[in-house]
Formats: sequence, C-alpha cells, structure tokens
Amino acid sequence: MAAGVATWLPFARAAAVGWLPLAKKTMPKPPVDNSSRSDEILYVNVSGVRFQTWKNTLDRYPDTLLGSSEKEFFFNEETQEYFFDRDPEMFRHILNFYRTGKLHYPRYECIQAFDEELAFYGIVPEIIGDCCMEEYRDRKKENQERLAEDSEANEGTDAPLPPDSTSRERLWRAFENPHTSTMALVFYYVTGFFIAVSVIANVVETVPCRPPKGSVKDLPCGEKYQLAFFCMDTACVLIFTFEYLMRLFAAPSRCKFMRSVMSVIDVVAIMPYYIGLVMPENEDVSGAFVTLRVFRVFRIFKFSRHSQGLRILGYTLKSCASELGFLLFSLTMAIIIFATVMFYAEKGTKGSTFTSIPASFWYTIVTMTTLGYGDMVPNTIAGKIFGSICSLSGVLVIALPVPVIVSNFSRIYHQNQRADKMRAQQKVRLARIRMAKKGTTNAFLQYKEDRGLGLLRESDSSGFLRKRRKHSDRDSDSTALCVKNRSAFEHQHHHLLHCLEKTTNHEFTDEGTYSELCMTDSVGFRTSRSTSLSSQQGAQNNSTGCCPRRARRRAAIRLANSTVSVSRGSVQELDTLHLKTTSIPAQTRSSLNAQGVNLKLNCGEQDFSAAIISIPTPPANTPDESLPPSPVPIPGILRNTRATTFTHETVKISSL
Amino acid sequence: MGAVVGTLTMQTKQRRPSRDKTEDELEMTTVCHRPEGLDQLEAQTNFTKQELQILYRGFKNECPSGVVNEETFKHIYAQFFPHGDASTYAHYLFNAFDTTNNGSIKFKDFVMGLSTLLRGTLREKLEWTFHLYDINRDGYINREEMTEIVRAIYDMMGKYTYPAIKGDVPQQHVDAFFQKMDKNKDGVVTLEEFVVACQEDETMMRSMQLFENVM
Repeated sequence: MAAGVATWLPFARAAAVGWLPLAKKTMPKPPVDNSSRSDEILYVNVSGVRFQTWKNTLDRYPDTLLGSSEKEFFFNEETQEYFFDRDPEMFRHILNFYRTGKLHYPRYECIQAFDEELAFYGIVPEIIGDCCMEEYRDRKKENQERLAEDSEANEGTDAPLPPDSTSRERLWRAFENPHTSTMALVFYYVTGFFIAVSVIANVVETVPCRPPKGSVKDLPCGEKYQLAFFCMDTACVLIFTFEYLMRLFAAPSRCKFMRSVMSVIDVVAIMPYYIGLVMPENEDVSGAFVTLRVFRVFRIFKFSRHSQGLRILGYTLKSCASELGFLLFSLTMAIIIFATVMFYAEKGTKGSTFTSIPASFWYTIVTMTTLGYGDMVPNTIAGKIFGSICSLSGVLVIALPVPVIVSNFSRIYHQNQRADKMRAQQKVRLARIRMAKKGTTNAFLQYKEDRGLGLLRESDSSGFLRKRRKHSDRDSDSTALCVKNRSAFEHQHHHLLHCLEKTTNHEFTDEGTYSELCMTDSVGFRTSRSTSLSSQQGAQNNSTGCCPRRARRRAAIRLANSTVSVSRGSVQELDTLHLKTTSIPAQTRSSLNAQGVNLKLNCGEQDFSAAIISIPTPPANTPDESLPPSPVPIPGILRNTRATTFTHETVKISSL
Repeated sequence: MGAVVGTLTMQTKQRRPSRDKTEDELEMTTVCHRPEGLDQLEAQTNFTKQELQILYRGFKNECPSGVVNEETFKHIYAQFFPHGDASTYAHYLFNAFDTTNNGSIKFKDFVMGLSTLLRGTLREKLEWTFHLYDINRDGYINREEMTEIVRAIYDMMGKYTYPAIKGDVPQQHVDAFFQKMDKNKDGVVTLEEFVVACQEDETMMRSMQLFENVM
C-alpha cells in the first residue's frame, strides 16, 4: 500500500463508526497505539549536508533503512543526528521518495552508483515512478550487456587453459581462438588460403581460354584443363572435409555444432563434390549435377570465420529481421498495386510489352528502385502518369526502413570496436598491475636490506650482495616505484611478509639475485644431485646430508625465484617459465658432456625446490602443505604446484 | 453614432464569454483552497493545535491542491478494502463528509468530520451516522436507502467470504435492522427513533466505547 494511504487510515477507522448500528456483534478491541502522537524533526547529516525531516515522513516506509530501527546504528549521540557517509546528491532523491512517495531516477547519474545507493537504503528499484522507469530500465540493461560482454571477452581469449584439459578441449580452443597457439594460427591461414583458391578456381573455370589446336570455338578454361581443375578441387575439398571432421570431433556439443550456421555452410560447400563423385556419368543426371556446382560458391561464406566485419554484417541483418520484413512487405504491396494499374493502363495499346500483370512486376520493380532499364516503357498518357507516381513512391518506400538498419549496424559495429578497445586497455591495465606488484616486492626487499635482515645477508660468503647492488642501479624503474616514505600500512604489510618468511624459514628475493646465486651454487649442487634422483626423498636426503644450510638457502632462492618470477602473474611469465624448463634438455645434455659449469642447469631445476622445501617440516608433508597458506599478495607461492609438474621431465634428464 | 457604439459594445460582449472560458480553465487548474487559520479550526473542532498540524501536513501531502474530489476519495478508500468493491460505500461516505455539497472535501470538512467521529459526544456521533444513512437528506431513513447502504457494505466484503454470502443476506440484514429501529412501524426511521434505539442497544454502546482511542 502506498504510504500516503497511511495518512488516511485514521480517517477510515473513524468512519467505521458508521457501521456500528448495523453490527450484530461487538467490535474487536482496537490495537493500542503507544507511540506519541506528536511529531518531531529528525536531523540527517549526509557527508556534511544536513537534511531535516519529520519523523512521520521517514516512518512511512518501515521496511527501509531510514524507516526502521536500522537507522539507530547511524545515530551520533554527540550531535544528536543521524550521520551517513554517503553521497548527499543521491540522498536528495532518496529523501524525496519519502516525501512524495515517488522515486525518481536522475538521468545524469551513473546507473550503478544509483543502484548501490538504493541497496544501501533498503529501497527496491521497482518503485521508481513511471516517469523515470523506462530510462532506468534501458540504462540498466545496457550496463548489464556491457558487463556481460566484458566478462566474456575476459574469459574468452586470453585466459590460460586449465592444465588438465583434454586434447579435445585444446583442439576446440585452437579452432575457436586461432591466436592461442602457433599451430592453430597456421591452420587458420591455410584454410583461408584454400578457401580463396577454391573460389578463384570456380571463377576462372568459366573464363574462355584459347581453344585447343584443331578447333575454332572458344572453350572455357574449365573444360580445357579439366584434370588440373579437378585436382585442385579435390585438394580443397579434402582440406575442408578434414577441417569439418576435426571440428566435429572437438566440439563440446556435437548436436549444437551440427545445427550451427557455419557447419551447415561447410557441409553445403563440400557436398556437391561428393555427390558428383557418387553420381554416374549419365547424360540426364549431369544436368542436375551442373546445377549443384552452383553451391560451390557457398565456400565464400566460409570466410566469415576469418573476417570480423562479415560476421557483424550477418549479425546486423539478423537483428534487423523485422525491419527487413517490413520493407519486403511494403514493397510487395506497392509492386502489386502499381503493376495492376500499369497493366490496365497499357492494355489497349498495340504491341505493348505489358503482356500480363506478372510481366508488369518487372517494370514496377525496375522503376521503383530507379533502375529504369527501358526494356518496358509505357506509351499511353495514363501509363506515363502512373509510371511517374510509381517511381516517386519507390524512392520513399525504400528510404524508410534503411535508417533503422543503418543505426542497428552502427550500434553493433561500435560495440565490437568497444570490445577491441577493452581488450587493448586490459593489456595496459595488467601491465600496470604487474608494475605495482613488482613495486611492492621491491619495497619489501628494500625494507629488508635497510634493516639488515635476512638469511641472504647473513650467509653471504661470496661478496655476492656487493655485486648485487651494482645491478640494482640499473633497475631504476623498480626503485622509482618504491615508496621511500613508508606509510603505517606498508610497515604492517612488510611485517606480515617478514612473519611469513620466519614461518617458512625461506625468504623472498628477486629474479636477479636468484639467477646470480644459481651461478655461484651450480657445481656443488650438481654433485649432490647426481645420485638417486628418481625419488624426491633421495634428493632430500642428499641435500640434508651434505650441506643442510646451503641446501636450505638454495631452496630459499629457488622458492623465491619461483615466487618472484611468477609473481608477475600473467600467462606470459608462465610461458617463459615453461620455456625455460623445456629448453633445458638440450643444454643439460651438452653440459654433461662438456663437464663444465652450466649456469642454466640449476636455474631450471626449480621443480626440485618443491622437494627441498619439505625439509624444514616433517617429511610426511607434501610439498604443497609445507607452505602455509598466506594472505600475501604475491601469488607465486601457489605456483609451486605447477613447478612440481615439471619434475618428471628434469628427472629424466639428470638420469642421463 | 449610437449604433456604432452599440455594435462595438455588442462585439465586446460577444468576446467576453470566450475570455471567461479561458479564465474558468485557468481557475480550475490552479485552484488551491487554504483552510481557515489554525486558531479558528482549533476553536471549531475538538483537536489540539499539534494534532491539527499533523493532520494538515498529511492532508496537504496527499492533496497539494487542498481539496479531495470524489474520484480520489474512492481510490483511497478502495486501497483499504482491496478484496471487494468499495466505490459505492465511498460515495456515500464522501457525501457524508461533504457537508457543503459542492463535490469536494476541503480540509475543514475533513477535520470537522473527524472531530465529530473521534471526539464528539454520543449524540453527535449518532447524528452523523444518521446523516450517513439518510442518502437523500430528507430526515428519514426508508427501506430503500438502508438496503443501498447495506449492499454497499457487503460489496466491500468481496466474493470470497466465510460463510459464503448466499441468498439475499443484505435484505435480511435490513429487515433485522428495521425490526430493531422502527418503533412505530411506519416504514421509516426518524432521527429520534434511531438515537433511542441505538442507546438501548448494549452491543453498540460497548463498541462505541472502544472507538474512543482511534486517534
């Protein structure tokens, strides 16, 4: 019930006195109304802007924040007012709702901000008045569509595949997004090339070539070089068939795939060839076969997988179906009317080309679209008059639905542009995030250096850190990101990271430090590795046995490397990591042969860090569990699970 | 000369009705009744100043123009009784409140009616009820008027009632009422008959007591 009705309730109850003489039974007792009848002014302070209103006004809607006892949570005892730390501009509209009973949506406000305010004050958006409801709904739908598009774009192309995807899923992915892997890209371009070749061959087939010796008549090239064209056609069809079958195999839902437009086009494009093969060389049937060849031109539609613009056009036409239908309908009506009129106008003349009404259709269409071939011309005066009316009206009828179609196309095109822009912006955004993350890591490392903390500093035997500082000068951009004057927040954050280090007995460091440490440790590490590498336990024992402290340090470094280098947190880094490990086989084999110190060998063996990490904790723990779950923003620690998957590769290498 | 003046005045006379029409239209759109002063209303009714203030604020919020017409009144009353059709009863109620009979309730009418119903003496309340039932204001309630009122009240109940309304329940109700009220059995109920009969009715008196605290 509307709140305003509440004002009239006492009046309606009073009027109930009029029923009393008619009542046979006693009236029930009225509810006791304990609230004081006197009204008071409430003060509501919204970010400094003070609003005053009667208590009754707010009580009109008891299921909202301001109307219920929830507002007591915001009551400020000292100033005796309700304080809300929200936007005062929006609050104006909210308060007007209480006063007038109608909620209005301000057009200049962002729809999401408005929705949030409504949610905060406990008002359902459904009560927006009719005056503003349409605008609100339109903008809300637009916003939702935009968000859905963006999330789709996010998940769609750039998200890395989950590691446990089947080959089928990977194949489907390669087909849908050719940019994900090189193979897919190659395949994409190859199919594109063959589509072009096929279409061109179809076209060139019909061009007249020089006749062969002994004949005068010009032959189309298709008949002259029949074998060559047949071979080309076969090759193309084979490729297309192969592609179609692969897509069918890889599709997550085969029924849905078979029903999709692109697959139908694919089938239509290759069917004529197979039908031609199957059909015998019969004179009667070959006529029909020739007609089937027309369908080969559908191969050109396969280009729509390769071209964004073509897809947009197709989508526009689909979405403008109703306007196109209207255009068609109105044109048909006009054609029939004018054709009839012209036929009867020209009926009398001798030798008139308007032989029947259907024959006049052609004249009407040619005139209305302002083509005017001139093969059919009216001769009577009446015919000429109606002919001119026909051409004038034709322009109008065609011009009407066209702007609608154009605006639809423009909208869809701009949406696509926006999606592309979003993707570009996303890359910039990710880069910025990466920089920021790097900044925090560097800030923490700087903090530790300044405080003279860390295992690294303690166990620095080779004067390594002195060298390291030289490198740090080069790293100007990262130091620029370091905040020199640390805020209280940063202090607490760094303390937290320090606590984590103490807990795991490992340290954070950066890529440079790690790779250099690798260099210094390579020899000793390799010897400890060469025996019994098939099991992680073996590796653990070895390292614990020989040099526990050094092993722990190395482990720290390795953890740190996997932590830090992967903390850049994007697919690219993972790829480089991946490449690092995969590039090892060649090097390690050569290094084993060369019996030299190979720097890369150890740096690549991050997987072993997972094994070593389990040392400080009871051996029963799996590598994953040895790392306590941390709230630290550096996500690298979680990445060790991935590092462990590479174990089997490097184990094989080393056992050589 | 006189003829010229005559024609001139005639022309102005002819022009005036159209101007009056536009003025009338202007008046209708911007009509805004203001009640008499707070003190006068306080003197005329049994409400305190605060109560009048609260009542007027609510009234003005709902009807910024200061008057309630019958359509709005029916609409408001229908909101209280969504099950059935309250329009007929609202019509009679509107007439009862509209003491000046000009088709609209001003704040003064509203407040006077409320004052009678809530703060008035027993006699005043009964008189008000009598005026509600007496549709044609002839001072007598006859069977037809009563039947109208009772039917209107039953209409407000709607279709889904328990026990279901079967037969001509309103008619029976009216018969029972006349049995009680019409002392001299002349087919009509006068004000005095009505007042006396009500005062004798125990149930009614008890109910009246309960309604003291509505406001």
